[in-house]
Amino acid sequence: MSTHRIAGKGRFDHGGPVRFTFDGKRYEGRRGDTIASALLAHGVHLMGRSFKYHRPRGPVCAGTEEPNALVETSRGKGRFEPNTRATAQELREGLEVRSQNRIGSLAFDLQAVNDLVHPLFSAGFYYKTFMWPRSFWDRVYEPVIRRAAGLGRAPDAPDPDRYAHRNLHTELLVIGAGPAGLAAALAAARAGAEVTLVDEHAEMGGALLSDPDVVIDGKPAWDWLAAALAELDRLGVRRLTRTTAIGYYHQNFVGLCQKLTDHLDEPPEGAPRERMWHVRAVRVILAQGALEKPLVFDGNDRPGVMLAGAAQTYLNRYGVLVGDTPAIVTSHDSAYHAAFDLADAGAKVAAIVDVRAAPGEGVLVEARRRGIEVLTSHTVTGTNGRLRVKSLRVAPVSGGRVGAARTIACDCVLMCGGWTPSLHLFSHTKGTLKWDEALDAFLPDRSAEECHIAGAGRGLWGYGAALADGAEIGVTAARALGLDAEAAAPVVERDRTGTGETFKELPTDGDAGRKRAFVDFQNDVTAKDIRLAVKEGMRSIEHVKRYTTNGMATDQGKMSNVNGLMIASDAVGKAPPQVGLTTFRPPYTPTTFGAFAGYHRGRHFEVTRRTPIDPWAEAHGAAFEPVSLWRRAWYFPKAGEDMDAAVARECAATRGSVGIFDASTLGKIEVQGPDAVEFMNRMYTNPWTKLGIGRARYGLLLGEDGYIRDDGVIGRLGEDLFHVTTTTGGAARVLNMMEDYIQTEWPDLKVWLTSTTEQWATVALNGPNARRVLEPLVEGQDLSAEAFPHMSVAECTVAGFPARLFRISFTGELGFEINVPARHGLALWEALMKEGERYDICPYGTETMHVLRAEKGFIIVGQDTDGTVTPDDAGLSWAIGKKKADFVGMRSLRRPDLVAEGRKQLVGLMTEDGDVKLDEGAQVVADPEQALPMKMIGHVTSSYYSAALGRHFAMALVEGGRDLEGRDVFVPTPEGIRRATVTTTAFYDPAGERLKV
Amino acid sequence: MTRFSGMAVLKNALNGHKGWREQWPDSEPKKEYDVIIVGAGAHGLGAAYYLAQEHGITDVAVIDKGWLGGGNTGRNTTIIRSNYLYDESARMYDHALDLWEGLSQELNYNVMFSRRGVMMLAHNVHDVQSFQRHVHSNRLNGVDNRWLTPEEAKRFCPPLNISRDARYPVMGAALQMRAGTARHDAVAWGYARAAAARGVDIIQNCPVLAVRRGPDGAVEGVDTGKGFIRAKKVAISAAGHTSVVMQSADVRMPLESYPLQALVSEPVKPCFPCVVMSNAVHAYMSQSDKGELVIGSGTDQYVSYSQRGGLPLIEHTLAAICEVFPIFTRMRMLRKWGGIVDVTPDRSAIVGKTPVKGLYVNCGWGTGGFKATPGAAHTLAHTVARDEPHPINAPFTLERFTTGRLIDEAAAAAVAH
Ligand SMILES: Cc1cc2nc3c(=O)[nH]c(=O)nc-3n(C[C@H](O)[C@H](O)[C@H](O)COP(=O)(O)OP(=O)(O)OC[C@H]3O[C@@H](n4cnc5c(N)ncnc54)[C@H](O)[C@@H]3O)c2cc1C
Repeated sequence: MSTHRIAGKGRFDHGGPVRFTFDGKRYEGRRGDTIASALLAHGVHLMGRSFKYHRPRGPVCAGTEEPNALVETSRGKGRFEPNTRATAQELREGLEVRSQNRIGSLAFDLQAVNDLVHPLFSAGFYYKTFMWPRSFWDRVYEPVIRRAAGLGRAPDAPDPDRYAHRNLHTELLVIGAGPAGLAAALAAARAGAEVTLVDEHAEMGGALLSDPDVVIDGKPAWDWLAAALAELDRLGVRRLTRTTAIGYYHQNFVGLCQKLTDHLDEPPEGAPRERMWHVRAVRVILAQGALEKPLVFDGNDRPGVMLAGAAQTYLNRYGVLVGDTPAIVTSHDSAYHAAFDLADAGAKVAAIVDVRAAPGEGVLVEARRRGIEVLTSHTVTGTNGRLRVKSLRVAPVSGGRVGAARTIACDCVLMCGGWTPSLHLFSHTKGTLKWDEALDAFLPDRSAEECHIAGAGRGLWGYGAALADGAEIGVTAARALGLDAEAAAPVVERDRTGTGETFKELPTDGDAGRKRAFVDFQNDVTAKDIRLAVKEGMRSIEHVKRYTTNGMATDQGKMSNVNGLMIASDAVGKAPPQVGLTTFRPPYTPTTFGAFAGYHRGRHFEVTRRTPIDPWAEAHGAAFEPVSLWRRAWYFPKAGEDMDAAVARECAATRGSVGIFDASTLGKIEVQGPDAVEFMNRMYTNPWTKLGIGRARYGLLLGEDGYIRDDGVIGRLGEDLFHVTTTTGGAARVLNMMEDYIQTEWPDLKVWLTSTTEQWATVALNGPNARRVLEPLVEGQDLSAEAFPHMSVAECTVAGFPARLFRISFTGELGFEINVPARHGLALWEALMKEGERYDICPYGTETMHVLRAEKGFIIVGQDTDGTVTPDDAGLSWAIGKKKADFVGMRSLRRPDLVAEGRKQLVGLMTEDGDVKLDEGAQVVADPEQALPMKMIGHVTSSYYSAALGRHFAMALVEGGRDLEGRDVFVPTPEGIRRATVTTTAFYDPAGERLKV
Repeated sequence: MTRFSGMAVLKNALNGHKGWREQWPDSEPKKEYDVIIVGAGAHGLGAAYYLAQEHGITDVAVIDKGWLGGGNTGRNTTIIRSNYLYDESARMYDHALDLWEGLSQELNYNVMFSRRGVMMLAHNVHDVQSFQRHVHSNRLNGVDNRWLTPEEAKRFCPPLNISRDARYPVMGAALQMRAGTARHDAVAWGYARAAAARGVDIIQNCPVLAVRRGPDGAVEGVDTGKGFIRAKKVAISAAGHTSVVMQSADVRMPLESYPLQALVSEPVKPCFPCVVMSNAVHAYMSQSDKGELVIGSGTDQYVSYSQRGGLPLIEHTLAAICEVFPIFTRMRMLRKWGGIVDVTPDRSAIVGKTPVKGLYVNCGWGTGGFKATPGAAHTLAHTVARDEPHPINAPFTLERFTTGRLIDEAAAAAVAH
């Protein structure tokens, strides 16, 4: 039975019940209810516990700004979540709701002992203690504090839901569909603007949903609303409900998070739970309205104490009377209207306690007409009731003195401390605010984006004013879009206008130092905490916030910031703007990680790039390794083989006959244009002018600092055309670097770059039989040593496909790299495999490639170099064009430290015992006996077993390494010290005989 | 200075907290100081503290354009570790770590230094090679760092996804047990309070507009929003704005300033015991004592002084977090913010003298200088007091960018925190 549902009130669906549970107990609500409205309908106010003192709490709000009524909800495995706002989560059939942050039951939370010793937990107490003994912080104190902290429990299973992203360009984005936003959208859409209107609630209408008695253009508010929405739809306005503008970024880029399924009984199969919209709008109208402020008095946090506007919303929108005998405490006329609505719905209003001396005349008359007692110039000095407020102590204030108190019995307290314009999104843009003396509020000042603010967001009050302003701003925005527009403000009758004042904490008759007047409900920050912080020297609001945690709760300060500021500025003795307002930071309301991640999860997190030959490798049992965004075949194990065995076999097969390797991931850049040679000369260390067409050369690329950045073989295909290859991981970086130089340093060069990495599939054939395998498939190019020597390139046909054919070798064997259009890559591979059958052709992966190149002493950039290695360090001085005027990094190569003695140089290392493998990354020392810290002279960069050498071998960067050749060094490892001899890096076929075929 | 202790808290709890006093006064500038430090971040405040405490120089002003601790000190994700590759860095950060361990007691301010362990995930063969190089080098440098298998990593941090089919499978991890986090604001406040107690003036809301040099080129003082303040020694410790201040003294700094963003989730009960960093996916995470998941990302792509930062980067960071910790998709981001970090070409800091007599600089800490705070402050104070660097900051010179004697942690680690 819902004891507090009022017949004939509310906008919910009066059809069948929606069943849900709260802490295991069954309840029924109505479709359209939130968890909070449904519980309130049953007279349940106690919904949560506070963070620090574990005080019992009920909802204060009726929206997403709720600090107290946070609950855990779940919907089967993986769909559990903490900290859900009961005031915002719509009811759905079977919803399981659980209270959180308690030990024991919600009514008897053992951690509430904290509340008994609350004086110990004053602002910043933890900075002052828990320091002794020294080792106790992370062993004892911190674990205890951590267990007590936190709100709900974290999810503990992967989330089966999907999240979506969508991009949208729109002429006008209107944020907030209250009267101002609706009027703005109508005005702009009527003028022909393409409009998107969003609101975070399930329904559009904003404050109108809570004020049905207002009359607009002769119609009751809700009829006007229905007509307005219908007109917007007719005008083609894109309307998004349950959609929160979470952040406002540069150049009118706004992030919107739309909730799609949390309110549905049965979400459609596969439907995304939430969708993040990336909106780029020509103009933005912020019509976010204003947020009601609590009043700060002793005991203002008991269940049953809530905002007057919230009570009005619960009544008019959800048909729920939050109490039978409400007492109202206010400093703004608006709370009178809440009192009237509740009284008219059958509540017995205990009293209206007005902090001000002179409330608006109109509301006083109305109160009198209803026989409601109004106490002006009164304060509240306390409340009573453990799990629900029972009474209120009030006292007159005159000349700053608090008179004799009296107790008023009530079952809920509805408070209103005035309204704060909602300027969060405006603040995201770094728009500036100015303090308005008359309103005691910050209003928008200078805007940093093409945006307008309408309605209560800029301090206007009353429906007439909001609608007129909205229409006006809508017209302004439409004109800014180049449209003809005329404003037509609706006529409002029975408007609910009013004014108010802003207060610090209310005056009290007791020792203010012992009163517990809450400012930040969730974080249990009281007025005296704020005053203590100021006393301790925290004079800026940023310091006060951080010291007390005021405004750092999950409502992001929506309830507490302004009250905190009023109290702090009073304590500091300065005007509020001089104490400052803390910056509002995105998101506007807390937003799931999933919504941000969107589609980028699991296999789509960063889509794995695969080569055209990847399916073949997979079908043939390859093991793969991730290399930057690619997956590459690592080795091809045969039955029973481990990686070492497979690699040894692949190496031997390649050196013995022929191996085939998928090199498609190599970065490829087409450098073309009349100045291509000049460009190449400037970028790479090598000379390019004399490189003949049809020839290729190893190219070395440095950074401005003179250190090796990338390398690769580069072929010249024409007077003005180079085929540049880069490392797999460096492809994008090198292209960016080249573009950067062309666009910023050498804009005069006529040269164009095209990334062709994924246009070409590249297959490498290596081994003494490579030519024999390839030759029968090639047309248009003589492959003989004379016609096509080492380091040649040609355009021809291979296996019937147009190809760029290189004769190069990264293994020391006779080698070819065949590039064909990517779509033919697999066919080429299969043709070569077939042709190679006679020669026992062996597919190999990246590991074998690494071993074979290391046997030849060829470096892998990023493994044998680390960004501190010069060409000379790597033994690559020969790659520098000696007569070149300039190239990137040339100047740096002359810096004193780059030509100093004792630089680390790339050398070979042979362990004393060939069976011992050195760890890659192991450090090299000259004296193994020294104490820690040891003087390290280098480290192992590459280390493998070599089938050709029949032993392990390594490469290392060692200080003055080339001078140490033949000498012994030591490699300390946790398992013991290894002795190794320094050698050259030409481990295999140093004279290069095997290429001369 | 009122001494902080459990007893003091208890006594004040009984007397309505009447006994607490101002932790530091909000000072107005004098006409002249022995030393001026520009930037009241934890580095600048710490340097002032060590000048007073260890070198007896108390006629010191720390000047900030905003509120103390409001720069990167108050915006960072507080990861503290010292398992850096190069000897120079290992020494600097390990020196800092030694100081961190006794900092709460030394300052009589609980900075909540929490040795909960920092684990860096290796997701590919290249990561494995690079982290093992760190582990080996750290071992020989006497710096704590060890290698974990994926299973050991999972045991240390249960929410971790070590599935083989993850997009970037965890292939191992490097763990520094002695590493952890600290409470950033408390570090700034603790140093401020201890420095003020020793006579240092902390001047807030006073932008330094220019460094003034005399006819002989030496420093004479600084022009500020509150007028000219004389000093023969000026140390600039202004993080992302250092190059702007140095420009006024005609010193061009090898710095680029980038926005770096971080975020926290709503608070939840303890679910994440340590700090995890993943350079390959560009995300790192820990859980604050309050219960918030604290998450950081890589720098934005473009240089900027705007502390706004964009949405795409946050989307990428959270996608990465959800990938490594798939149980957190339903957690909600509570707030995000950005700071401006000062990045040098080798990603290592500059702490020392400058070509201008009397002008010192501490900057270039980029994305990872919180952990260095006590070390940087301590060695900067030494440098200013003695007009020569401490052996630990001696390699972190400005000249190294002309000589080429770089300390290239970036090259070694790709990203660093
Ligand atoms: C999002 C983010 C995450 C980070 N995460 C980590 C991390 O996990 N671990 C880590 O070790 N480091 C991290 N860092 C880096 C770290 O925060 C900084 O390196 C460190 O805090 C720098 O301290 P500081 O005192 O030098 O700088 P700041 O605290 O920035 O202090 C500089 C001060 O100089 C002031 N100033 C500037 N210009 C002027 C002027 N003209 N006149 C007067 N005052 C001026 C500023 O107002 C500021 O207060 C992170 C940084 C950011 C932004």
